[in-house]
Amino acid sequence: MSFDVAAVRRQFPILSEIIDGRPVHYLDNGASAQTPLAVIDAVRHYETTSRANVLRGVHRLAERATEAYENARAEVAKFLGVQPLEVIFTGGCTAAINLVAYSYGSLLKPGDRILLSELEHHSNIVPWQLLRARSGIEIDMIPVTEDGRIDLNELPRLLTSKTKLVSLAHVSNVTGALLDIRTVVTAAKAVGAKVMLDGAQRAPHGPLDLPSLGIDFYAFAGHKAYGPNGIGVLWGKPELLDAMPPFMGGGSMIGRVTFAETTWAPSPRRFEAGTPAIGPAIGLGAACTWMQALDWTAAHDHEMGLVQRLMDGLQKVDGTRLFGPASLQNRYPVVSFTLDGVHPHDVAQTLDSFGVAVRAGHHCAQPLMDRFDLDGTTRVSMAPYNDNTDIDALLAGVAHAARTLR
Amino acid sequence: MNDQLYQDRIVALAKAKTGAGKLDAPTRSARRDNPLCGDRVTMDIKLDGQGRITEIAHQVRGCLLCQASAAALSAVAVGRDAAGISDIRHDAERAIGREAGDPREPFTAFAPVAAHKSRQECVLLPFEALKDALS
Repeated sequence: MSFDVAAVRRQFPILSEIIDGRPVHYLDNGASAQTPLAVIDAVRHYETTSRANVLRGVHRLAERATEAYENARAEVAKFLGVQPLEVIFTGGCTAAINLVAYSYGSLLKPGDRILLSELEHHSNIVPWQLLRARSGIEIDMIPVTEDGRIDLNELPRLLTSKTKLVSLAHVSNVTGALLDIRTVVTAAKAVGAKVMLDGAQRAPHGPLDLPSLGIDFYAFAGHKAYGPNGIGVLWGKPELLDAMPPFMGGGSMIGRVTFAETTWAPSPRRFEAGTPAIGPAIGLGAACTWMQALDWTAAHDHEMGLVQRLMDGLQKVDGTRLFGPASLQNRYPVVSFTLDGVHPHDVAQTLDSFGVAVRAGHHCAQPLMDRFDLDGTTRVSMAPYNDNTDIDALLAGVAHAARTLR
Repeated sequence: MNDQLYQDRIVALAKAKTGAGKLDAPTRSARRDNPLCGDRVTMDIKLDGQGRITEIAHQVRGCLLCQASAAALSAVAVGRDAAGISDIRHDAERAIGREAGDPREPFTAFAPVAAHKSRQECVLLPFEALKDALS
């Protein structure tokens, strides 16, 4: 199936930008993706025709704002294959994981255990360490295989009746490896543990059907999924959300407040204290609509074609080492590599002079860097709007760094 | 612009690796991490009775700019005390445009970093580690 990448690119104004005489080759999508006109227009439409606070106002602008905000929730829900009232808007993916760590975490007891993996982003490690410090839970860690996957052979050893939650990256932000969810869920359910997925790197690559996965919580970030900054999503099973206490207190999340006692609104309001990020939520709704309109079978094939071109090209440069699955199966378009004798930051800086934007460093995954005894890697993360010219510009830059910096 | 960042003098400083390594039985040692990028510098020093550096060695797990800075600092550190090191830090700060004035050698090599704000901490990390070692 052919994929019209030029048509996709035309929807992203920033991809026409020229910086220092060079086109933008944006390959840092894992950090933050670019945003299409549909999202920009949706936010602008809200700000210019409907700007008001949501939920409480009776005037027409407030009604427009509330309708747009709840429509955005419905679009996100459709994207995830769930019901709108199961979708909680948060400040981001990190905020969503912190919400679960704080709120669901408050139901845990000393000695209960959380199972993470060695490749997690710091945002799926540190909130649990904070919980450990607060409540005396224990944290276990699934090691990572040589090819950058979570080693699920270790699951039987690490899962016990004390394990209450398994929280793992759906797709690694360093190696691009896709988690084998079925194996995790089957094993976790056998000991009564809940499963949470950090979907930050998976959500930007097409719609999901969360109920079919058998998981309990899912988190993702708006800005990595072609939406605005400052917005993210937590999905949770309703029966779990209903049993969880609030994360933050304030307006909108209450049933009735007296000085003697306050009752809580049902989810999702319970977890959306204060005025939410209305414009960003509307933008994220538009991003979810935009993503649902894309042919993701063709888009994924296109992305994997770029991964193959990149891996083939890098292997021709002397001294490159790739981290992550060697095959295109069960992986997403995130590729990390090192270049012998050249620090990743120097690779990335050289690439910038070729108009190529990538991320270098530890990628907020220092335990994984320690696993491979690395200072860091250079990471190439792709989106459907990337094309061969992006990959070729990157390969030229890597070859230049290899020639001049060692 | 970035091609100009990696000018020959910076690359030469990094490749010279002046002072790279460890000291046997250092008087003091300090390690500094840059939490944003993960760069790490360890400075070993030996001091005389007046607190002046008599020997210095550094280990850098970091970028070329950090390596070059550690080498430049090591080249001029011997004979200086904490105040003297603080004094030459001004040369690095001037070179990268954070302070007014002309830097002394060898820090003029870092002038291209003035245009790259996100990389300036790479130049200053070895100074931070040495400051810790001297304090």
